Amino acid sequence: MKATPKGPLLTLLAGERGTSVFLIIVAVVAVIVPVLHLIPAEGSALQLSSYTMTLIGKYMTYALLAVAVDLVWGYCGILSLGHAAFFALGGYAMGMYLMRQIGARGVYGDPVLPDFMVFLNYKELPWFWHGFDMFWFAMIMVALVPGILAYVFGWFAFRSRVTGVYLSIITQALTYALMLAFFRNDMGFGGNNGMTDFKDILGFAINAPATRVALFVASAAFLVLGYLACRYITLSRAGQVVQAVRDSESRTRFIGYRVENYKLWIFTFSAVLAGIAGALYVPQVGIINPSEFQPINSIEVVIWVAVGGRGMLYGAVAGAVIVNYAKTFFTAALPEYWLYALGLLFVVVTLFLPRGVVGLLDRFGRKPVKPPVKSAGVPA
Amino acid sequence: MNAAQVVKQGWQKVFGAGTGSDRPMPGDASHGTILYVEDISVSFDGFRALNKLTLYIDVGELRCIIGPNGAGKTTMMDVITGKTRPDSGSAWFGTTTDLLTLSEPQIAEAGIGRKFQKPTVFEHHSVLQNLALAAAGNKRVWHTLFKPLTAAQRSRIDEVLVTVGLTEQRHMIAGILSHGQKQWLEIGMLLMQDPRLLLVDEPVAGMTPQEVERTAELLLSLAGKHSVVVVEHDMEFVRSIARTVTVLHEGSVLAEGSMDHVQSHPKVREVYLGEAVPGGSS
Repeated sequence: MKATPKGPLLTLLAGERGTSVFLIIVAVVAVIVPVLHLIPAEGSALQLSSYTMTLIGKYMTYALLAVAVDLVWGYCGILSLGHAAFFALGGYAMGMYLMRQIGARGVYGDPVLPDFMVFLNYKELPWFWHGFDMFWFAMIMVALVPGILAYVFGWFAFRSRVTGVYLSIITQALTYALMLAFFRNDMGFGGNNGMTDFKDILGFAINAPATRVALFVASAAFLVLGYLACRYITLSRAGQVVQAVRDSESRTRFIGYRVENYKLWIFTFSAVLAGIAGALYVPQVGIINPSEFQPINSIEVVIWVAVGGRGMLYGAVAGAVIVNYAKTFFTAALPEYWLYALGLLFVVVTLFLPRGVVGLLDRFGRKPVKPPVKSAGVPA
Repeated sequence: MNAAQVVKQGWQKVFGAGTGSDRPMPGDASHGTILYVEDISVSFDGFRALNKLTLYIDVGELRCIIGPNGAGKTTMMDVITGKTRPDSGSAWFGTTTDLLTLSEPQIAEAGIGRKFQKPTVFEHHSVLQNLALAAAGNKRVWHTLFKPLTAAQRSRIDEVLVTVGLTEQRHMIAGILSHGQKQWLEIGMLLMQDPRLLLVDEPVAGMTPQEVERTAELLLSLAGKHSVVVVEHDMEFVRSIARTVTVLHEGSVLAEGSMDHVQSHPKVREVYLGEAVPGGSS
C-alpha cells in the first residue's frame, strides 16, 4: 500500500491478490449460477435449484454486511455489536415497499392497508408508511434510515468519547431496544410476524426465475460496489487516518485530526452499507421480522469477520461465506450443535488465528519478501 | 521591521486578526528569541516541581537541558506544550503567542513540536504513511478522502526522509524499524508540521552508539532551521552536540553556559557528583 494512490482507479483498487481473487470469484459466480439456473431443463442433473441460488444470494448479502462491519471494526477499531440492526432497518424499508406492492391481493383484499394492519384494526395507513409504494422512495429510505440512526447514535457516542467495550455494549443495547420495539404490534411494522407473503417487485413476480436471477445479480453487483467503495476508503488518506485512530486514538488527535468526525463518518457509511445488504436480503428470503434485531445476530457478524480475517475486506467476505455455509450444513445435519460449533470456531480463531482464515492462507502462500517495485522516491 | 509589516500589525491591532495570511504569524520571533519562560512555578501537592524558572531560547539555537531526576525537566516541557498549567509566571512563544492561554493542539499548531521519550509512531503504517499523516494541511474528512497529497507536501516528505535518513526504509512498516529508526521517524513526523521550536525528550535513551552518533548529527543539522531544546541524561551525548547547556536543579536554573563552563561550575559539581566544594554550604 502506498501513501498516495496513483494510476487508474480500478487497477489501484483491485491491485491486491486477495481482492483480485474475490472480484474474479464473484464475477464467475454471478454468471455461472444464473446460467445453470435458467438454461438446463427443470429437474435435470445440471440444473441449479432456486433454493441453492437464493442461498448463495443470501450469502452475498451477508458478505456485504461483513464488509461493512470489517470497515468499522477491522480498520477503525470500533467493535460494533449492533450492525445487524442497520441491516434489519434496510430490510424493513424494503419490506414496506414490498408490502405496499401486494395491494388488493392480500388475504383481506384491502387496496391500501397490508394484511396485518387490517387484522389489527388499523383504519388508515400510519404516516410513516406513506411513500413506500414508490420504489425510489423506499430505496432512499433503505440508505437514509440506517444512516441517520448511525449518525445520531455516533454523534453522541463519539463526541463523548465512548470507546472500546462500552461502545460495544451500547450498540448491543441499541439493537436490543429496536428488537423490543419492533416486536410490538402497535409500532406498525407487523409485530412479531414481521412482513412476508411478498408478491412482486417493480412489477415482476418475486418468485419468477428471472426476478430471482435479477436479485441474485443485484446482490453480486452491490457486493462488488460496496467492497470497492470500502477498498477506496481504506486506501485513501482518510483511510490511513482511520487506521491510525484504531492504533492510537490520542496520538492521532494530537497530530491534529478531529477523530470523532472520522469515526462518525465511517460508522455512518458502514451503517448505510449494512442497510443496503438488508434490503437485498429481504426479497430473496421473502420475510423480515424482528428476530433480525436479535443481539446474537450482530455478534455472529463479528464472528464472521474474525474467522475470515479482520482488517482485510476479502477476509470479511470469506468469513461470511465460510461460517454461513457451516451454519447451513450444521443446522441441517446436527441442529443442536450449531451454537457450540460457532463458539468453538470463535475460540479457536481468537487463540490460534489472529488474522483469520485468510491470514492462515497468506502465511502458506507467502512469497519471499520482495523489495518495493517503485523506488523513485515519493511518486510526484 | 519593514513598513508593510508595521502597517499590517497596526491594521490587526485595530480590526483584529483576519483569516488566512492576514493572521499574525504565531511565535513572532523578530527579536531573536523564540521562547520566553519567566518566573514559572508549578507545585504538585506542595512539591515545588518548578520554582521561578526563567529560561530564554534563541531562534535557531540548539539548547541542551540537563539536571538530576526531579529537577523539573519534564514539567518544564509540560508547561511549554500546555499539558501542565503553572501556578504563576509567564511563557511566551515569540512575542505574540501566550502559551498559557492555548490548548495542547493549538500550541502544536502554533509551531511547537514535542517528541516524547517513548516513540509513538503508528506501527502498522509505513514510514511514508506516518509522515503523510503528520503532514501539515487540511485534515478534514472530505479533504483526506478525495484529495491526494499536494506536490508541496510530497516534496516536504522527501526532504524530511532525507533529513532523518529513512529514505531507503520509506516503504517499510514502522513496527519493524529499529528503536533508533523509530525515534528518527518520530522526529520526522514533528518536522512535517514545520515546527519552529522542537522539544526533544531523551532522544538517545536505549540507542546503540552508532545510533547515538547519527542522532547527534540529525539534531545538529536541525539547529539553525529550527530552535531545538534537548533534554538528556547522557553527558557524552550532550557534550557532543551542546553549544549552550542549562542545568536545572530543584525547579530552577542552576547554571547556564558552555559544557566546560557548566562542568567546572562548583554548584553543578556539588549537585551532580556530591562533591564537597571548598567554601560550599554543605
